[in-house]
Amino acid sequence: MSDLSELYQDMILDHNRSPRNFRAMPDATALAHGHNPLCGDNVTIYVKLEGERIVDVSFEGSGCAISKASASMMTAELKGKTREEAETLFERVHDMLTREAGTFVDIEGLGKLAVLSGVSEFPARVKCASLPWHTVHTALEGGETVSTE
Amino acid sequence: MNTTSVTDAGATALDIEAIRAEFPVLDQQVRGRQLVYLDNAATTQKPRQVVEEIARYYYEDNANVHRGVHTLSQRATKSFDAVRRKVREFVNAADEREIIFVRGATEAINLVAQSYGRSFIGAGDEIVISEMEHHSDIVPWQMVCEQTGATLRTIPFNDRGELRLDVLAGMLSERTKLVACVHVSNALGTINPIKEIAAMAHAHGAVMLVDGAQAAPHLRIDVQDLGCDFYTISSHKMYGPTGIGALYGRRELLEKMPPYQGGGDMIASVTFEKTEYNVLPYKFEAGTPNIEGVIAFGAAIDFFERIGIERIAAHEADLLAYATEKISQIPGVTIIGRAANKASVLSFVLEGVHAHDIGTILDFDGIAIRAGHHCAQPVMQCYGIAATARASFAIYNTRQEVDALVAALAKVKEVFG
Repeated sequence: MSDLSELYQDMILDHNRSPRNFRAMPDATALAHGHNPLCGDNVTIYVKLEGERIVDVSFEGSGCAISKASASMMTAELKGKTREEAETLFERVHDMLTREAGTFVDIEGLGKLAVLSGVSEFPARVKCASLPWHTVHTALEGGETVSTE
Repeated sequence: MNTTSVTDAGATALDIEAIRAEFPVLDQQVRGRQLVYLDNAATTQKPRQVVEEIARYYYEDNANVHRGVHTLSQRATKSFDAVRRKVREFVNAADEREIIFVRGATEAINLVAQSYGRSFIGAGDEIVISEMEHHSDIVPWQMVCEQTGATLRTIPFNDRGELRLDVLAGMLSERTKLVACVHVSNALGTINPIKEIAAMAHAHGAVMLVDGAQAAPHLRIDVQDLGCDFYTISSHKMYGPTGIGALYGRRELLEKMPPYQGGGDMIASVTFEKTEYNVLPYKFEAGTPNIEGVIAFGAAIDFFERIGIERIAAHEADLLAYATEKISQIPGVTIIGRAANKASVLSFVLEGVHAHDIGTILDFDGIAIRAGHHCAQPVMQCYGIAATARASFAIYNTRQEVDALVAALAKVKEVFG
């Protein structure tokens, strides 16, 4: 795939234009900052856990359409999931983004996140999409600053 | 692509099509479209004579320099030494011994920072740099400040991207020991008034270092006229290979500076009790140098001199003016860096679209630009932005390529509606 419209799908453009859960969360129980020193992208992920369950998740920051859409869709997907389910999803998204070009990707269960599968064809942009995921992973593990370098 | 001819007073017309033919890499398709290479401030492409000189050196002359009595070593040494003369002429230094070969402008600045800075700058002293420096002219000075207890001060710029010399005037004092400033900003394209800044620095007894990595490809460099004490150039920004560059240093300063690295070639004699250092420039060139790099850098200077800096500058000025006019007309575009005096660099932002998305979408049309902070994060912070898209021009670029860029930007706007 190397078509422009397959990378910048409508859903990605929509989440970029109107990001979901794009706000600070004063009562977050965990948060982490993510930074890509190569391009200067910044993201902060806020998580509110009740026991093992993620009851709320939000983000703030600045970045390109791919990173913003990835963060926005991620927050929508993670709300209501357990910590363990979130970690499993993190692994699957990570595999989808970093797979060898042209190899098969199992998108079942990924839902809307499958629209990000085209990013793997653009090595320079993989980190844009994976930064929010690495950051939420860090938040769930205790929280600190994560860097994609 | 059609031939573009440029004429300026006293110069014959430039045949850009013929010049393009000297750069084999330009003749290719990217994603099914003719490559449009507009990332020259990151690195320029290399003409055939530079690439072939590297092969010629290895096929015919390869040997270590300044060591052997055999024929190959003498040939390699002769070619190597000839480039030092070429660089001296290129920057108009008074003395060949004032030219030190280094890996690039970054190493040149680190050499001055660690050798001059740590020896002649101390606690309570001040180092002044501009706020439009590349990270390579910020971090080495921060390291010197940490090592010596000196303080780093910065010269701001106005919203057009011009340095505030009035602020600099109030900043300089007997505490100022060194002023470091970029000649041409890689992020904004501003050509700074180095001669004036150097005079201000000298009036307070400070030495002046100029980062010329982005200037040497576009301006006639005359270190004596500029009045600077140190000047750095980088081969790969000016049609030469990567991994080689030069530091110009005023001889009187270089003589009193300690070596930067120890090793072979930089010594006169070695015993375990005492080592005598070699004379200039070898004192600063420890170890076997980048011989192929130096020799091919010489070929790049030959290419440069053959075309002539005045004709190169005139052609690039035409492209910059044309691109500035065309891109300014696109609704939502803001040009970052509108100094009265600019060279070759056009940085811009497009409302609602991140520079990386612009870069990726342009690549679909075979157009290479830079998107990001350009290793000048303080510049981005001054404008309150994270990144810009940057088109930068070289001798082989054409107005048609600018048109292709403008058309592709329309597509970016379409995608992001």
